[in-house]
Amino acid sequence: MFRTSLTTNLILICLLVVLAALPPFLGIYYGNMVTRLMILGIFAMSLDLLIGFTGLVSFGHAAFFGLSGYILGIVMMDTETASIYWVLPACLGVTALASLVIGWFSVRTSGIYFIMITLAFAQMLFYFFNENTALGGSDGMFIFAKPTLAIGSWNPIDFEDHHTFYYVVLVSLILSYLGLRRLLNAPFGQVIQGIRTNEDRTRALGFATRRYKLVSFIIAGTLAGFAGFLEAMHTSIISPAHLGWHESGNVMMTVILGGIGTLHGPVLGAFAFGFLHDWLQDVTEHPTLYMGIFVIAVVLFLPRGIAGLPADIARWLRRKPPGDGGSPP
Amino acid sequence: MDFTSFLIQLLNSVQYGFLLFLVASGLTLVFGIMGIINLAHGAFYMFGAYIVWWLFGFTESLTLSILFGVPLIMLLGLAIERLAIAHLYQRDHLYQVLLTFGMILVLNECQKIFWGTDFYSVPVPEVLSGSIPLTENQVYPIYRVFISIVCMLIAAGMYLLIQKTRLGMTIRAGASNREMVQALGVNINWVFAVVFSLGAGLAGFAGMIGAPVSSVYPGMGDQILIISFVVVVIGGIGSIKGAFIGAMLIGLADTFGKVLVPDFASMAVYATMAVILLWRPQGLFGQSAH
Repeated sequence: MFRTSLTTNLILICLLVVLAALPPFLGIYYGNMVTRLMILGIFAMSLDLLIGFTGLVSFGHAAFFGLSGYILGIVMMDTETASIYWVLPACLGVTALASLVIGWFSVRTSGIYFIMITLAFAQMLFYFFNENTALGGSDGMFIFAKPTLAIGSWNPIDFEDHHTFYYVVLVSLILSYLGLRRLLNAPFGQVIQGIRTNEDRTRALGFATRRYKLVSFIIAGTLAGFAGFLEAMHTSIISPAHLGWHESGNVMMTVILGGIGTLHGPVLGAFAFGFLHDWLQDVTEHPTLYMGIFVIAVVLFLPRGIAGLPADIARWLRRKPPGDGGSPP
Repeated sequence: MDFTSFLIQLLNSVQYGFLLFLVASGLTLVFGIMGIINLAHGAFYMFGAYIVWWLFGFTESLTLSILFGVPLIMLLGLAIERLAIAHLYQRDHLYQVLLTFGMILVLNECQKIFWGTDFYSVPVPEVLSGSIPLTENQVYPIYRVFISIVCMLIAAGMYLLIQKTRLGMTIRAGASNREMVQALGVNINWVFAVVFSLGAGLAGFAGMIGAPVSSVYPGMGDQILIISFVVVVIGGIGSIKGAFIGAMLIGLADTFGKVLVPDFASMAVYATMAVILLWRPQGLFGQSAH
């Protein structure tokens, strides 16, 4: 079963309350930043479904994130308004289809081949958009209008408003979290976690593991597409960089930094990563350099990420310092 | 396409294929023997190109710059292996990917700090700057032929090193069974360091010798890295022979793709990979045990 301890739950609920209460105090800049970080949190959670729970290390996850944004861009290219009731399903549908095709090829392989193949497919999509001049080539495209929720003249939620959109994203984040949690406790979730632990045994129990991996890949891809949809709505711009392997590397880093195999970890990772980058941009001319050093340090010294930090500290405190008596010889 | 332009494209593909092979062979060796995915491999290629451009400012000679440059790259490779990669042998691939990804961020930023973001070019040596006339108005630059010949010699040298020398024997043994080699009293850490540094040297050399035909620019390492991954996957991870065949296939797909379907040339490369993997998921010469 996927469970979190009572303490963790309490902390998460507190953080949630803080997130919900924050907007009036944030201002435009940080309001946008927190919105973006919550979106990245959804994106990172979707990758953790693959890495942390299914044991599939996908290095091309940004492909779905960017693809969905491009579909939104293409749909909105020649139109002033469009209804979200068909735009969102269109974006998610195309993303799901793409993850079905890419996943079908990829889950036939494992280990390092899987890493490289997902990377190569993502690059293929990257070049498709990068060289497609009708879609703005390497500059990408602006999304001038956002789809609306309006039915007739009644518009319950206005996406153009920053505050409203903040809460839309927050609710999306909570629903994604709860949905994934439900999924992991469902029989399907048990099977994919079995695959991560020992694929051969799971197959021996009679589960068609390849099919389960494919479905997990599609769910993760579609959720990444949902995050990409929100991101494109939020920034009103989509470019090939969203699909690039730097983006895939960054989100993987987010998952590890937060702690793989937990659902809240990736979201924490997105926030830690985002604020660190923001701070580095203020204090140094070369944020990327320090970011790189930071990543190397996390891999070498903090393999269980932020979510594993309390346990790490507890273990470190329990360890008796040398020369402190100890057991007699 | 008439025969001469076909010939020109063919020569171009072979020359590109050879450069790719130099980069990909290091990548495949490092994975095959050490079990390490090294994303920072492309950075060695980029540093090679920049170092040769930088040294050219002092030496005014491509040959001298390469002679000084290769040991520098090998030292860089050695330092990275000892300081960071060596801690990752027992860890999951995920962490290797991440650490070397961080390494790319650091190395790319260092390149910007040292040499800025401008594009540079390295002149072709005087002796090799001529062209071979193919027809009345079509010529082929000698330097490109020279690249192919040099790379061919290096490939032959690598073949001899790996098949005929004691070091090569240890490397091959290490690739097929690491623990056994260790049990036989070989210092596997030393072998790893040598292989990693050799791979770095090969990638750096490819960047150096290729610098006069492609310009020297930021991000050139990332581009070649991804293509080299495709080569390695097609050929089968750990197989030098596979890397060679894969590099030639990708050279052909890329060069002819640019001529035949200019809009989607880069996709042609990945489509080739998808088709081959559909047929053989472990690559052309990979071991199916994976």
